[in-house]
Amino acid sequence: MAGLHNNMTTLTPPRWLLAELTYACPLQCPYCSNPVDYAHYKTELSTDDWKRVLTQARQMGAVQLGLSGGEPLTRQDLPELVQHARALGYYSNLITSGYGMTEAKIIELKAAGLDHIQVSIQASNQQLNDHIAGTESFVHKKQVAHWVKQHGYPMVLCVVLHRDNIGQMADILAMAEELGADYLELANTQYYGWAHLNRDLLLPTKAQFEQAEAIAQAYKEKVAGKMKIYYVVPDFYEDRPKACMNGWGSTFLTIAPDGTALPCHSARQLPGLDCPNVNDYSIAEIWNDSKAFNFFRGDDWMKEPCRSCDEKAKDFGGCRCQAYLLTGDLYATDPVCSKSTQRGVIRQAIESAQQCVGSGTEKPLVFRNNKNSKALSSPI
Amino acid sequence: MSLNPDQPIKFSPTHRLQWEEAQQKFVILYPEGLVELNQSSAEILKCCDGTLALAQIIATLEEKFATRGLADDITAFLEVALHNGWIAQ
Ligand code: SF4
Ligand code: SF4
Repeated sequence: MAGLHNNMTTLTPPRWLLAELTYACPLQCPYCSNPVDYAHYKTELSTDDWKRVLTQARQMGAVQLGLSGGEPLTRQDLPELVQHARALGYYSNLITSGYGMTEAKIIELKAAGLDHIQVSIQASNQQLNDHIAGTESFVHKKQVAHWVKQHGYPMVLCVVLHRDNIGQMADILAMAEELGADYLELANTQYYGWAHLNRDLLLPTKAQFEQAEAIAQAYKEKVAGKMKIYYVVPDFYEDRPKACMNGWGSTFLTIAPDGTALPCHSARQLPGLDCPNVNDYSIAEIWNDSKAFNFFRGDDWMKEPCRSCDEKAKDFGGCRCQAYLLTGDLYATDPVCSKSTQRGVIRQAIESAQQCVGSGTEKPLVFRNNKNSKALSSPI
Repeated sequence: MSLNPDQPIKFSPTHRLQWEEAQQKFVILYPEGLVELNQSSAEILKCCDGTLALAQIIATLEEKFATRGLADDITAFLEVALHNGWIAQ
């Protein structure tokens, strides 16, 4: 029966397009989701290439558009791309650190048709924010948040949580309310890319998690109707994994700065996918026919215990990048799952981070910048 | 928070109501989200233009579809819409 169902896995169109316009970024967050070897990818799509990608993806049904990076504001053609996206009927979201944003730019982008702006803040106080961002930026970020509100955009504030700032939960919530955020995204760090490198220093303890979550949940009720809180759970402390990308190749399409099409933004690190490039294929060819987008579609690829698990339609066996990063096997059950025989690697990661706390043997955080990227990876 | 029957109802300025050709459906778009609407929900929301109050919306739709007795369904849906932030007064 399961086999029959597999073969009939229907192809759904992309709904969300994440356009990573550039890897350039003035900030240096040590949990950045860009690939560790990003500095080796120097080419960027041209304005016309991006317009073609937007047009083709929209024709297939994509409607939510994330303009991200790196820092998308470093692209001079941003207003032009926003205008093109608006004309096509996208609902477009600028995902920015706020660095380099001016009030004039906010007005220009609004006129071009930008729908909302998501500003990231690293902490609730200047010292920690500027330390984590690797750049002095706190005061300006708050100013940007005010402008966003003032010019009538829905304002989404995003705070990535880790060991150093999770204890500030109450202050972070108060800051978001004071800034008038319509949405607050509290995203526990996901340990890929740079965050994987820095895991011992970033992973909070279970007690920290639970305390922070309780504070956030209570606040949710307090601000109901005013501010929506999205809480992205830390899956290391869960016993079921995340539903990877709502199903591989089912909903999400990411285009990297050089035009590589990715089924998820971390997929670049998975071996053997041969991710296609928009310079060589149309979005329809990429979505429907490419090896990469068909790799984990359906459940034929699964191993036990996922294969015969009655929850496989719910979480799709978890995150492929996490399975590969932590077990070396991209077909393995996500080790976060309590049914995985390799759950031990998660326990070890938690213990290792624990031992690191206040041991005096802490290595410093590895910040995301060109120098570290080049030192940590060999040319492609 | 509940509907005030005397106040006109408008669609939220921070959400967007849009016809999606690929899905042949109206959708509501907002930060990080998308809701697909069935035909009757879409018809109700299209009436939320900032000039009509509850009774007028009901009258408009009953006339448009040449029917009676829509009041309860429309009111219930608009309460949900208000709660979700899709409409405002
Ligand atoms: S996570 Fe930080 S370093 Fe990475 S792109 Fe965003 S702002 Fe830049
Ligand atoms: S065994 Fe696989 S499919 Fe079942 S719950 Fe765990 S990860 Fe999900």
